[in-house]
Amino acid sequence: MTVKAGTMMSDAILSADQLVFSRKGHRILDKVSVQIRASEITTLIGPNGAGKTSLVRILLGLDEPDAGSIHRLDDLRIAYVPQKVSVPQELPMRVRDLLLLSREVEYAQISEVLKELAVAHLEMKAVQQLSGGELQRVLLARALLKQPQLLVLDEPAQGLDVMGQQALYRTIAGIREQHGCAVLMVSHDLHLVMAQTDNVICLNSHVCCTGHPDDVSEHPEYIKLFGSAIDGLAVYSHHHDHEHDMHGNIIESDAAGCTSTQGCTGHHD
Amino acid sequence: MPPVALRHKDVLVIMIDQFILYALLAGLGIAITAGPLGCVVVWRRMAYFGDTLAHAALLGVVLSLALQWLPVIGVVITGLLLTVVLFWLERKQELSTDTLLGILSHSALAIGMIAIVLLQSKLPSLDVMALLFGDILAVTGQELVVLYIGVVLVLLVYARIWRDLVSLSSNEDLARIDGVNVSATRFVFMVLLAVVIAFAIKLVGVLLITAMLIIPAASARLFSHSPQQMILLSVVIAVLAVLGGLAMSLRWDLPTGPAIVLAAAILFAASRSIKSSPA
Repeated sequence: MTVKAGTMMSDAILSADQLVFSRKGHRILDKVSVQIRASEITTLIGPNGAGKTSLVRILLGLDEPDAGSIHRLDDLRIAYVPQKVSVPQELPMRVRDLLLLSREVEYAQISEVLKELAVAHLEMKAVQQLSGGELQRVLLARALLKQPQLLVLDEPAQGLDVMGQQALYRTIAGIREQHGCAVLMVSHDLHLVMAQTDNVICLNSHVCCTGHPDDVSEHPEYIKLFGSAIDGLAVYSHHHDHEHDMHGNIIESDAAGCTSTQGCTGHHD
Repeated sequence: MPPVALRHKDVLVIMIDQFILYALLAGLGIAITAGPLGCVVVWRRMAYFGDTLAHAALLGVVLSLALQWLPVIGVVITGLLLTVVLFWLERKQELSTDTLLGILSHSALAIGMIAIVLLQSKLPSLDVMALLFGDILAVTGQELVVLYIGVVLVLLVYARIWRDLVSLSSNEDLARIDGVNVSATRFVFMVLLAVVIAFAIKLVGVLLITAMLIIPAASARLFSHSPQQMILLSVVIAVLAVLGGLAMSLRWDLPTGPAIVLAAAILFAASRSIKSSPA
């Protein structure tokens, strides 16, 4: 992999070009190219197993792609809130201690950022005792302490009820307003995030479609993946199944390990 | 004549004092390093790894004696070898770390024991019981100097990386994003652990070292609200265990290493019952 920094076409602060990533003979990402632009909220959507988390981890530099390149702005400050965080019971840690782990942070800054996220009362509480929503906000606070230019959130609303989800997405939009940072968010529910999103990338091993949420939600590939907006909850039971001829171009340019049309169809199941 | 008798008695008291003093100093040196390192072992659930490292250390000590190195050098080398083999085996992914450690731990112990028997004729100074159960009362002034140089170095390095260790223990991905060099930190910690194990062999022996690492840390956990508190408290409890163990050993003529571990276990039981009883 090559990581290039510095000059960049357009105003992208982070971009990936033709990423390929396989695990255990399973192609998870197939020639994925994405661009994250400054102060935009980008939402990455796709069904379970579409490679969303893998893509995020590669963009963050936590995993190495098998092929393709990543371009980052010089000294890009990235903060990350993973999908699942559990602090071991053996480690005594209050919210304050967790936030102090970020370098060069003062108590005053911690109180301030906790107040901003409406969780100031949790400062002296043990991290292991927080509810899912509380922990999510504390992790957001931890991320903000880095004064990031890019905030990456993997399924931030998971495990929250609809009210909680909406509140969280409003908070995230507020963070972008306040701090001017770009946000990259993983979600499998476009309807809730739609209002707060500038750019949607629909992923199912390859990039199915990308653009403004209104355009994406009418894109035939999107509808095929998720059903139309009216279908509502049918979204989750709908599995993606490629027709052979639709992605002929992807299939024929594939590397070994995915040589036949049949093989590729299998991967997407 | 009374004055002469008195002088003899003084000399005897001084001699007893010196060997107890040396044992005490050695025990305290080990306690103040075992506590903080033990906390990380507990956080990262590495107790079994510590055990394996300790078993491999037996081979390291024998190797050092045969080659006339400082024991700590042989122990660090076998510890590194063991870690490399473990990482390599873990990448194969068919077997859990737990199983792999079980294999490595006992293989290392077996090889160490064979090496002892093979070398015993050439090295009359080799004392199997001392290696397995510790021999703190026989610590020499020279060993004490080496020990304290080691203690200072270990604590200096620990002070530099403890924040990264806490970060790593809380969540590895977040640590990496925050710029913690995860593999370097793990490697440095492994070396520190090997060094402390090498010293602790003298105190409690190969078979009981893990106890010195995890019992004070586990007791400290019960009363701590932050990582720093747990580190400091584990030092206090480890020091109390050494003092209590030495005292029991002298008072009732018990083997010192096991007595120290027994004292630690009593402190843990006491901590647990204090914590369980309604305040």
